[in-house]
Amino acid sequence: MQNPQSTEYAIETKSLFIFYGSFAAVSEVNIKVEKQKITAIIGPSGCGKSTLLRAFNRMNDFVPSSYVTGEIRLHGQNLYSSNIDPVEVRRKIGMVFQKPNPFPKSIYENIAWGARINGFKGNMDELVEQSLRGAALWDEVKDNLQKSAYELSGGQQQRLCIARTIAIQPEIILMDEPASALDPISTLRIEELMQELKKNYTIIIVTHNMQQAARVSDYTAMMMINDQRSGTVIEFDDTKKLFTIPKDKRTEDYVTGRFG
Amino acid sequence: MLRKTFEHEIQQLKDDVLVLGSMVEQAILNSVEALKKRDIKASQNIFDGDKEINKKRFDIENQLMILIATQQPMAHDLRLLASSMEIISELERMGDYAKGIANINIRMGDAPLLKPLIDVPRMAQIGADMLHQALTAFVNEDVEAANSIPVQDDEVDALYNQVYRELMTFVIQDPKSMERANWLLWVAHNLERVADRVTNICERTIFIATGEMTEIKSTDDEFWKNQQK
Repeated sequence: MQNPQSTEYAIETKSLFIFYGSFAAVSEVNIKVEKQKITAIIGPSGCGKSTLLRAFNRMNDFVPSSYVTGEIRLHGQNLYSSNIDPVEVRRKIGMVFQKPNPFPKSIYENIAWGARINGFKGNMDELVEQSLRGAALWDEVKDNLQKSAYELSGGQQQRLCIARTIAIQPEIILMDEPASALDPISTLRIEELMQELKKNYTIIIVTHNMQQAARVSDYTAMMMINDQRSGTVIEFDDTKKLFTIPKDKRTEDYVTGRFG
Repeated sequence: MLRKTFEHEIQQLKDDVLVLGSMVEQAILNSVEALKKRDIKASQNIFDGDKEINKKRFDIENQLMILIATQQPMAHDLRLLASSMEIISELERMGDYAKGIANINIRMGDAPLLKPLIDVPRMAQIGADMLHQALTAFVNEDVEAANSIPVQDDEVDALYNQVYRELMTFVIQDPKSMERANWLLWVAHNLERVADRVTNICERTIFIATGEMTEIKSTDDEFWKNQQK
């Protein structure tokens, strides 16, 4: 893939449709995600938010019968071109899931493992420390790196997953409801961490928590299903605008809690 | 429709703003009426009654804060609640103007009015009418009305100019009338400010409905421009 500086946006979609068999789960999405910003995707359940998010790093490839039409462009290149290796895509575009899913290994190994299979040849201790610091977890675990990741609290496990993601130095981090399984304190810690992470990474987050989207993101995409029961982005704007003066009546109804 | 409780509370809030508004409207009209009749007892009631206006304002403010904290309003709801906070503060200050007028009547003691009040009650009536219309526009989120109500402020400004000039001629003819002229000028000034604050309420109503912060026009500029002529 080309030089990361070659385009203005981190990633963009062009007439993107995502199908499960003959059913278009997501239709006609055209968005441009800015670099080193946090972009939130919001919308009612079943509107295709997670499907869209997973399309960004080709996670939908694992679903039989799923395919896309249109393009998702990273550095001007379509991620779904036949010459693109999906594993390479997932290296550049990392993902953090709703439920923390550390490997059943030590804290240290959770980070080292991904880096190792991605061919990391440098100083592993340094990488582990750097990644844990980047995920604001280092101070809590530095004396116990050999402890099983399963012994950590849910919030710590989620930060470990973030550390694991940034260890392979992706350009973009996708987050699918990263705080929905966490208590309020851990949630705020993840939100604070996101503000730190955006200095180096582009973040796209799916969240059901509108206050969270309003608090953490720079841009927000509002999704809703159309008449064909297919999800699409109905409004994409500066977060401040979208939550204070939405243009679309449906966005207004959704963000004010009158539809959902 | 989701959020029935919230809808109900918003309606309750608007009703309370209307109640506060009518308390202020009455205080303004009564304060000028008491002055006109030199009824010190009535003025004392208005002066003391300002506490009720302040209390009502704090009650609404409290209610607003609870709604913001518990309902996490967004978009139109957020604009409505934030603007209501501003509007009740405007109303409370307008209540202070009525209290100020009442205070002037009390402090004038036995001194007769420098001149019979003609233009001053008209200013009060127009101001009170504007306030009434502005609150109706607020409740209905009527942008057209909110845009047109402030036009009446020109009339209040013209009356204020007239009162000002008239009082100045009294002072020139008889410098001993200075203090009594000054009392009345303060009354007129307070009423002029009432109309200006109505304009602020109209601006908030436009913001609630459209999300646009607009300044309708600055009537103070108008007044000072006329003074320079």
